[in-house]
Amino acid sequence: MDARSVVIKGAKNFLAHTPGLVRHGSRPSRDIAGDSGVVEVIGERLRTFEEAGAYAPNRAYLGGLTPDELSRLDRPWYALGGDFERSQRYGRIMPEDEFYGVMKMMDDFDLLWLDQGFSRRVAESLAEKGGWTAEQLGKLESGVSAEQVAGQLGEGAGNLPMYLRGGELIGVMNAAHRQDASLFADVLLENLACKAAAVMAVKVLLEDLDLDPLSFPYILNSGEEAVGDRYQRGGGNLAKAIGKECGLVNSTGSDVKAFCTGPNHAVLLGAALISSGIFERLIVVGGCSLAKLGMKYQGHVRKGMPILEDVLAGSAILMERNCGVGPVLRLDSVGKHDVGAGGAQPAILAELVSKPLERLGLAYSDVDKYATEMHNPEVTEPAGSGNVPELNYKLIAALAVRGGQLERHEMPEFVSRHGMPGFSPTQGHIASAIPFMPHAVEGLSTGSLNRVMFLAKGSLFLGRMTQMSDGLSFIIEPND
Amino acid sequence: MDKVGTEDLVVILGTPTAESSELYATTMVDGDPSWAGALAGTALGLPVFHVTEDAVKQQADASVYDEQVGVAEMVLELDEIRGAVKKVREGNGA
Repeated sequence: MDARSVVIKGAKNFLAHTPGLVRHGSRPSRDIAGDSGVVEVIGERLRTFEEAGAYAPNRAYLGGLTPDELSRLDRPWYALGGDFERSQRYGRIMPEDEFYGVMKMMDDFDLLWLDQGFSRRVAESLAEKGGWTAEQLGKLESGVSAEQVAGQLGEGAGNLPMYLRGGELIGVMNAAHRQDASLFADVLLENLACKAAAVMAVKVLLEDLDLDPLSFPYILNSGEEAVGDRYQRGGGNLAKAIGKECGLVNSTGSDVKAFCTGPNHAVLLGAALISSGIFERLIVVGGCSLAKLGMKYQGHVRKGMPILEDVLAGSAILMERNCGVGPVLRLDSVGKHDVGAGGAQPAILAELVSKPLERLGLAYSDVDKYATEMHNPEVTEPAGSGNVPELNYKLIAALAVRGGQLERHEMPEFVSRHGMPGFSPTQGHIASAIPFMPHAVEGLSTGSLNRVMFLAKGSLFLGRMTQMSDGLSFIIEPND
Repeated sequence: MDKVGTEDLVVILGTPTAESSELYATTMVDGDPSWAGALAGTALGLPVFHVTEDAVKQQADASVYDEQVGVAEMVLELDEIRGAVKKVREGNGA
């Protein structure tokens, strides 16, 4: 056995259905500030937990459906309904009341105040499901009165009301500082939600794969949220905070920041840490992006659709030294978008796809599935953003035509065979390639897949420090 | 706009769909229709074209155009995109 070889041993996804938090998404909150009537417009189009759980792309994200099965379902997917289990093959979905409870348990500074009746009810529900320590559940025992909640929400207080889908006020997120914008309530709410979603993804991974939390030396967080105060905005290491809540007491960690390419960079760095012999195993995790809730709600409202950006997502990946089980990450397969490369989409894909394939002597069709930006098209199309994964697959097919490996008329067949429909929530880094990881691990282990490429891209220009984009790719294959 | 004015200025889009083309074309002509950005309510009235329209394409060096736009042109719904931009442009009388 090659000691330097690295495997992806497992991967799990997590969803929290949080319709009550949609109003605190960046776009809805800005619109509500300008017109309070927007609250009602949004409220009329929020889905129930049953509707969100049955939603076919969410089931594909959690393994209740394969992407190929999803591609055979007629759209609109939101009109299909159906049954679902909270715990599915590749992950779990949680309703908003429990997720508020998880956020409270993750709240080390007592910033999220929950109504005492609500808090106790949620504590019972979470205790019944198990997996939480007495210390964690203890944070839900007291709660505050309705008067205390109201007292924190006066004009100019800078705190945020917490609601359920139906408009019931159940708490308040308090700012931690009056002048430090990095510690305002909206920023802390995003960070706390990200921590909670990441903790849930890691807990699902640990519990479903029966892993010993004490066996982990390191955790890499790839989420985009900027944790820190004004002197170190984005200072980070949410990884260590996540590890503590999951009982990884023998672990330390760090954050990898690279916009939507973060998870792929984190997997690559994780592979390097294992391959070098520094660590035997580690977890790569990404929490949610609360700012993106309701990001495209206007398009959904305009088309008479439910607001589909009502879930917070997380993802966790277990990487280990190769002991013979789990698909292998090919260390010689890395494709990267260099500083000197062009920024147009075809140029980026040429760097991420064409170059590594050429280097490895592989044809475009030798990759069974390309996991790319897996944004759900039903979310993006009504807002004029098009079908993101489909465009990527068409561009890869066009590169294959350019390379003389495909006839032009064969492009649609290539797209359908080597691509898949987008099924991921539009949660930034979460949508980038990694939603397919659990599907790939199983397919490569059972023989239904022989080679998968994960390619992610990042919009670095959004931060105004460079005009560049970014991208990183790698291939995983069955274990010999 | 404040620096260079709108005289002798043409906007060329590289948008990937008819919807996004219409959105950005409208932003350049009538102002941001989503009322989200700096051009909300600002009607610049600029002539706007998509990079794949013949009027633009014919002015570019063929090999450079092929290198920069050729692959994208193979995958885009060109008729829809060109139609969307033309509709906005001609609605403006340009």
